[in-house]
Amino acid sequence: MNTQARGVGRTIWVATRAMALLTLALGVGYTLLITGIGQLALPAQANGSIVTNQDGDPVGSALIGQSFTDEDGNPLPEYFQPRPSAAGDGYDGGASSGSNYGPENEDLIAAITERKAQVAEFNGVTEDEVPVDAVTASSSGLDPHISPEYAAIQIDRIADARGIPAEQLRELVAAHTQGPDAGYLGESRVNVLELNIAVDELEG
Amino acid sequence: MTWVYALLALATVAIILGVLYRPLGDYMAWVYTSRKDWKVERGIYKVIGVDSKTEQTWQAYLRSVLAFSAIGLLIVYGLQRLQQWLPYSLGLPAPSEHLSFNTAASFVGNTNWQSYSPELTVGYTVQFAGLAVQNFVSGAVGIAVAIALVRGFAYRRSGTIGNFWVDLIRGTLRILLPIAVIGAIVLMIGGVIQNFNGFTTVTTLTGATQTIPGGPVASQEVIKLLGTNGGGFFNANSSHPFENPTAWTNVFQVLLMLVIPFSLPRTFGRIVGDNRQGYAILSVMAILYVASFSILTALESAGMGTAPELAGGAMEGKEQRFGILGSTLFATTSTGTSTGAVNSMHDSYTALGGMMPMLNMMLGEVTPGGVGSGIYAILILAVIAVFISGLLIGRTPEYLGKKIGPREIKLAALYILVMPTLVLAGTAMSFAIPGIREDVENTSIWNPGIHGMSEVLYAFTSAANNNGSAFAGLTANTPWLNTALGVVILLGRFVPIVFVLALAGSLAAQDKVPTTSGTLPTHRPMFIGLLTVVTILVTALTFFPVLALGPLAEGLM
Repeated sequence: MNTQARGVGRTIWVATRAMALLTLALGVGYTLLITGIGQLALPAQANGSIVTNQDGDPVGSALIGQSFTDEDGNPLPEYFQPRPSAAGDGYDGGASSGSNYGPENEDLIAAITERKAQVAEFNGVTEDEVPVDAVTASSSGLDPHISPEYAAIQIDRIADARGIPAEQLRELVAAHTQGPDAGYLGESRVNVLELNIAVDELEG
Repeated sequence: MTWVYALLALATVAIILGVLYRPLGDYMAWVYTSRKDWKVERGIYKVIGVDSKTEQTWQAYLRSVLAFSAIGLLIVYGLQRLQQWLPYSLGLPAPSEHLSFNTAASFVGNTNWQSYSPELTVGYTVQFAGLAVQNFVSGAVGIAVAIALVRGFAYRRSGTIGNFWVDLIRGTLRILLPIAVIGAIVLMIGGVIQNFNGFTTVTTLTGATQTIPGGPVASQEVIKLLGTNGGGFFNANSSHPFENPTAWTNVFQVLLMLVIPFSLPRTFGRIVGDNRQGYAILSVMAILYVASFSILTALESAGMGTAPELAGGAMEGKEQRFGILGSTLFATTSTGTSTGAVNSMHDSYTALGGMMPMLNMMLGEVTPGGVGSGIYAILILAVIAVFISGLLIGRTPEYLGKKIGPREIKLAALYILVMPTLVLAGTAMSFAIPGIREDVENTSIWNPGIHGMSEVLYAFTSAANNNGSAFAGLTANTPWLNTALGVVILLGRFVPIVFVLALAGSLAAQDKVPTTSGTLPTHRPMFIGLLTVVTILVTALTFFPVLALGPLAEGLM
């Protein structure tokens, strides 16, 4: 019994030292090594792919979607609108989240019905022309992209609001449409923030 | 067109894993069989007080696993409870006792179930000094236990099954760490962040303000996947653009999750001295993986259900850059490997689609399973398969030259019983005990009706299988669910390990019996088929009734 107890005590002492050593190596050493590499070799990515406006001020991250609404939360007609978001009050970078609504959830069904009507009316299209990404919340609530189809139905509305030719916007959307990675991975998409910065630059 | 893309994505993954299978599998076999220690390892053994040349009995090996994990549990619990005094804590207070226990159990048990929203709960120090460290070592523990079992098959008349401390240190230093460093750099190239900036506020294009999160993400992200852990730095996990910025990083993450579990069959074949045995195990894993991916992709692409049909597709809870295919590929991988990371919200999947991640877990995590745990789980099933075929042809069952006698089959059977017992008992208690039932129904469940029952079933399936993914609408941060799930995670991790190591000990002690004409060959297509069927039957029979109450009822009604 005594040797047994000594064995257990010794094992715990070995375990404690092993865990302390591994915490130093893997928790501190490894984290600092990767941070050093990131900050020295890949500073733009490591610090969040921050994008700037025409004045050079940071306005967000190329990877994180943001809202284009007025103070009351109404969508601004002169900007391309992103997908619905379940992160906080919408695109809250401190509270990433999906809606987690199940496929039969009444609240989700009501929300999709309402979004469909709103998007159709806002853009002057029929409900059948509203693409799926326009009425569904993303997984992160921070999805920076929309489908090229959703961008397309917003062009006329933005052209009207800004008084610029729709053709010019169409070219801009085409230039900002990114195909699947390597030609076959993922979906075609348009980065909403980068596109809206480009739209602002059109007007100088 | 969907299927062309699905096939191309699958082919990409298969080709890369196929190229790595032999070199990585052989390398890992060398890591665990080499007689030579590295210089830095000799230093470590000196500091921790271990003689690397002495092997342990299965009891001593088990004692070391348990002691090491218990210390880990205490450290992760302590770090959280002391959070307000730690540096880089972003001003966050200590999480509650029951949440800290749940998180500690979850990360030590290679589960990474998260009852909390990381952005709002844990600062950087808890993340990198507590959680990321466990991501490494809990993975290394899993591989160590698997290697001990493989040694049981390879050794003859041996009282020992290896040295846990050597297996732990070598697995960490020689396998996980080098791949993690390379992987972290690749992820950063793709846009994953790595800084200590905290939350920064920017003025957006419209003049509003937005919070941009920071943190040492890449270093933790890579080991979260490589060690099949799954705990996200952010609440949205691998759907957060700072964790998984683009479609190619998504495939890279899938590869990180699969590379070790799919190469371990080679390591196994190598150590037992017959590579064909490794290919047989690999085949079973691959068949089930491809089947599961195909079914899930078909179900999500079809998009059945009121909300998806109204919206025009099952894109609720999915990211535009991944689309449906990138989401189903990730979900199949994550729940088939015991990782539990998500790049889409499983709670919002179609009813039958949401059942597939659950089924992947209910198979006992063998498609291809977690690092180490996948291969030991499927070897247990192989023992059962050999036993069943032995009964059918009336011969003493043998596997790899070892007799499967009463003791071996009892240990295998006990192993198999643990997981379903925990899943079903945990789910049943949540709905049967007065007081708890009301708490679960009123506080925890997010989606009303049948789907809510699926949320609870998913949670206990995830915990018992050390997966960690969730139907994330469930509010698990309650005293009952934190405690119950934490206990289920610990039992679901360590009770099977007891049986695996006991089996390793009993196999190692045997001599090898010579192969005769009556020996069932375990590398032929017939055995591959048999093992596949046994794997499915063991699951389907156990879980069919409860699935009929949840996803089947919702999807077929």
